[in-house]
Amino acid sequence: MRLVSSVRTGSDSFRANRAAHLAALAEVEAAAALARAGGGDAALARHVARGKMPPRERVANLLDPGSPFLEIGATAAHGMHGGEAPCAGLIAGIGRVMGQQVMVVANDATVKGGTYYPTTVRKHLRAQEIAEACRLPCIYLVDSGGANLPRQDEVFPDRDHFGRIFYNQARMSAAGIPQLAAVMGSCTAGGAYVPAMADLSVIVRGQGTIFLAGPPLVRAATGEVVSAEDLGGGDVHTRLSGVADYLAEDDAHALAILRRAVGGLNLPRPDGPRREAPEPPAHDPEEILGIVPADLRTPWDIREAIARIVDGSRFDEFKARFGETLVTGFAHLDGWPVGIVASNGVLFSESAQKGAHFVELCSQRRVPLLFLQNITGFMVGRRYEAEGIARHGAKMVTAVATTAVPKITVIVGASYGAGNYGMAGRAYGPRFLWTWPNARIAVMGGEQAAGVLAQIRREGIERAGGSWSAAEEAAFRAPILEQFERQSHPLYASARLWDDGIVDPRRTREVLALSLAAALNAPSARRASACSGCEREGGDACSAAS
Amino acid sequence: MFSDADAGGAACGAGRPGGADRPAPVGESYLRADRILAAALDAGAEAIHPGYGFLSENPDFAEAVEAAGLAFIGPPAAAIRAMGLKDAAKRLMAQAGVPVVPGWSGEDQSPGRLLAEVERIGFPLLIKAVAGGGGKGMRLVERPEDFAAALAAAQGEARTAFGNAAVLIERYIPSPRHIEVQVFGDGTRAVHLHERDCSLQRRHQKVIEEAPAPGMTAAMRQAMGAAAVRAARGHRLSRAGTVEFIADPSDGLRPDRFWFMEMNTRLQVEHPVTEAVTGIDLVEWQLRVAAGEGLPLAQDAIPLSGHAVEARLYAEDVPAGFLPATGRIAHLRWPEGLRIETGVRQGDAISPWYDPMIAKIIAHGPTRAVALARLAQGLEATEVAGTVTNIAFLRRLLRHPDVRQGKVDTGLIGRDLAALCARAAPDAAVLAMAALAAAGLLDGEPEHAGFALWGPLRRTVAFGDGGSAWIETLGPGRHRIGTAAGEARVERRAGRWWVDDAPAPRAVRHSGGVSVWAGDGEWHVVLPDPLMREAVAAAGEGVLRAPMPGLVKALSVRAGARVRRGDGLAVLEAMKMEHRLTAPRDGVVEEVTVAEGDQVEAGAALMRIGGEAGDG
Repeated sequence: MRLVSSVRTGSDSFRANRAAHLAALAEVEAAAALARAGGGDAALARHVARGKMPPRERVANLLDPGSPFLEIGATAAHGMHGGEAPCAGLIAGIGRVMGQQVMVVANDATVKGGTYYPTTVRKHLRAQEIAEACRLPCIYLVDSGGANLPRQDEVFPDRDHFGRIFYNQARMSAAGIPQLAAVMGSCTAGGAYVPAMADLSVIVRGQGTIFLAGPPLVRAATGEVVSAEDLGGGDVHTRLSGVADYLAEDDAHALAILRRAVGGLNLPRPDGPRREAPEPPAHDPEEILGIVPADLRTPWDIREAIARIVDGSRFDEFKARFGETLVTGFAHLDGWPVGIVASNGVLFSESAQKGAHFVELCSQRRVPLLFLQNITGFMVGRRYEAEGIARHGAKMVTAVATTAVPKITVIVGASYGAGNYGMAGRAYGPRFLWTWPNARIAVMGGEQAAGVLAQIRREGIERAGGSWSAAEEAAFRAPILEQFERQSHPLYASARLWDDGIVDPRRTREVLALSLAAALNAPSARRASACSGCEREGGDACSAAS
Repeated sequence: MFSDADAGGAACGAGRPGGADRPAPVGESYLRADRILAAALDAGAEAIHPGYGFLSENPDFAEAVEAAGLAFIGPPAAAIRAMGLKDAAKRLMAQAGVPVVPGWSGEDQSPGRLLAEVERIGFPLLIKAVAGGGGKGMRLVERPEDFAAALAAAQGEARTAFGNAAVLIERYIPSPRHIEVQVFGDGTRAVHLHERDCSLQRRHQKVIEEAPAPGMTAAMRQAMGAAAVRAARGHRLSRAGTVEFIADPSDGLRPDRFWFMEMNTRLQVEHPVTEAVTGIDLVEWQLRVAAGEGLPLAQDAIPLSGHAVEARLYAEDVPAGFLPATGRIAHLRWPEGLRIETGVRQGDAISPWYDPMIAKIIAHGPTRAVALARLAQGLEATEVAGTVTNIAFLRRLLRHPDVRQGKVDTGLIGRDLAALCARAAPDAAVLAMAALAAAGLLDGEPEHAGFALWGPLRRTVAFGDGGSAWIETLGPGRHRIGTAAGEARVERRAGRWWVDDAPAPRAVRHSGGVSVWAGDGEWHVVLPDPLMREAVAAAGEGVLRAPMPGLVKALSVRAGARVRRGDGLAVLEAMKMEHRLTAPRDGVVEEVTVAEGDQVEAGAALMRIGGEAGDG
């Protein structure tokens, strides 16, 4: 049934909402521009003077002409590491090479020589995690000095640190997910394992080097004096060591060799769900900016957003009359069937039961799930605890955690507390998690947190016989409010890879279309299978490896 | 009948088996009368039409055809012989009362005799091969001191091309017009089908032909027609013929200022313009007369309606001096509504073995201006890629003010050659469309083309000429493209492309690269294979390369020879012309990679010159 919109585009609230969203968008755009600029003009000029292609141009020339590029972590590390690592010094995203969807991971050597900051590691691992879940061939464009030495304690020793990159490469390769690398600059120490662990590698003559220890370390260790090129250049590695498989004359040549290699991968076509002819929404996505209230506390009908995302604005709403604070139903998005679970208020026991039912229905039908998250949490209070809302909530969380179909989550407003769990937050392994610029994410709202903490504090003071003035309480609450406000901002979240990126709400449909296409590149299992190796859902990719 | 070089091409016709064992050289293929006759007899043919090349004016072939019991659709062998020898033809014409250009021809080819005659005739003058045609073995001499060298060259060429070194000499008329009259005879009677003006020539080869001649008066047509019919009768012409005159237009076209040049006893390449203005199918007439029907129309019943112009489209490099070109036709599109005579299709090769003509394009209109405009439009809509062509030159020629005003003469092209060859550098629109075509985005694009979260990716496109462009795809059918000539916004709307809101030039990607057509300009560029990086040769200026496909006629140096820049090193024969190749620099010949008699492709390395440049 086609959704009917009740939006008045001429209203004051529409204009005010739109202005607020545009301001939030401008903030994200500025952050994204900073990230795209990498190490800045001077560093880029030095990079290009060495005959190297700018990192983003490498990605563009690797992809098919006109290919979409679904970037992951486009504002990663924003405001982190003293501003030293724009975009975390790494470009990652999904594009098409010879018609095949691939995950590209490209070091940006203009950012501190492409060394790995903690966020760089996190972003690299997240890209690999997506690639593994979606069975996307990985292409690494390597130009990196390896781990960032001053931060070695944050990038080297732990499980999800540097070593995990090569662990992932080995496991994906074993699972039949191609791993290709081009060495277009340094590739030192641990970094040397990226090409060495790849199924196929290309090295650029006079530019790419691979060695476990560079000339300074060799000299320090053994006294041997040797140039980088003689120690681990393209000639050495394609003629003597065999570490690299193809010798390229320059970046363009290396990318052409990789394109040819992708053309020869001979991957089976995924047998995904039947795709209908895509159809644009009947309602204009541009209107989303005016519809969604600037203030998160103002309720709005999530169907207005659904009407601007799905094919023909058609929505087969499931259990429409029951548990109305959760909207569930079937639609098509860019031709793909999709089951939508969308917040329309706090979760009650009924809405949680409905959510669990619908998720199980989609699991049975192998229909991918789309979560539109705008939730302040589960309903609280004696009556709700008494009717077992924790148990009903757990059913929904269990259904979301164990479903084998791909999940994609968009945070379109609030993402607070246990609502985040039931609506497939980061911890529930959605294939992709995207955020709107107006969204906020935290364990609870700042007001509530400050209120809870102030109340405990007051009780403590009063128990000790003291008194606490209103002014003192306000002074106590202010830094808590400020902290929650700062930490729940989407740029703060996105910088830390809590999501895969902030998206323009007007382009949500395209982002979801590309996310679905990537997610459906992997065959969908009917049931999630326990997989201790990767500790995430999505049976097939992992069971193939075991 | 076709040679191995033409196998599979349009010239072979559809569904015909390839011609095995028919080598490309004409002496072993298209001039093999015995094979042609055998094929004709085998096919049960009753007659042979010789066309207008190869054997069309070969009296021995005409005799052989008759001897085999077949009809030869052309004049008797004796008539061909009489007209083929130009000096004898001219004497015959003078006897018939046809005006001839002052000159001399005769058996005595001694330099002394020739010099004496030259003094009588005066300069400038032309030396022509007696058995020649098509500009081969012909030399223009403007000063007495150049005569001896020019004579030797003409005789040499004549010997190569025709096996007969004899030449004739005639007065050269500066800025003349070439006007010819189409005649038709049945052996006793003869009529003319009006004139054609073929003044627009380069190196004595026709480029644009039209009918009627611009500025033609009734009196002049009457006089010229009568002279042509006299020539035809004097010659007892049967079938088609053309009487070529030279006219001095310095005082307008005057009945006393035209002279006989030569007579061809076959159909001419440019006969379609006559067909267009008379409505007569000349081949049909040839067949009727060959069948003994007599002339279908009397002189005063022959119509003349409107104006027709023909352009000859060649695979040749005009700025390089009309060098014949080869290549494979990677893309071919003809204009609507014009007569196109062609023997090639998309995918066919232009081989170095034969004349590199691609097509004749003929426009007809009620007036000369309309016919010219139609031809110009037609040429702008004609798209040929895969070989160098003269089409840009033709388009410019048709817009030349003197051509439009009918002020044509045989020197026009030579005088304005630089302007006619001038090529505007491609603008941003042309380069942007070339980039789009090179990227394969003209006719299709990936789903969600150009999607990026916050900023478009910029990809580069490399052209084979060393240039490049960048493309930012902003969405389906929307691009921003940066070129050497500036940025352009390229969008697809309503099924076509627009550059900065103006209709985009037409671009095509084909097997040979990318071509863009914009008005009378066009731009072709090859696309480098990004995987073919090792093949980049370090050629340098020390390598002597063949400027065109041809036969290595002579090598004048051996390895080890010291040469100076400009010294003659080799002679390359192409299209029956001898081209002297000179040293590109001082030095020592280190290696000669070809031998005399080798057939070489354009660009082939012939020898390498090394050693230090300078005094050597």
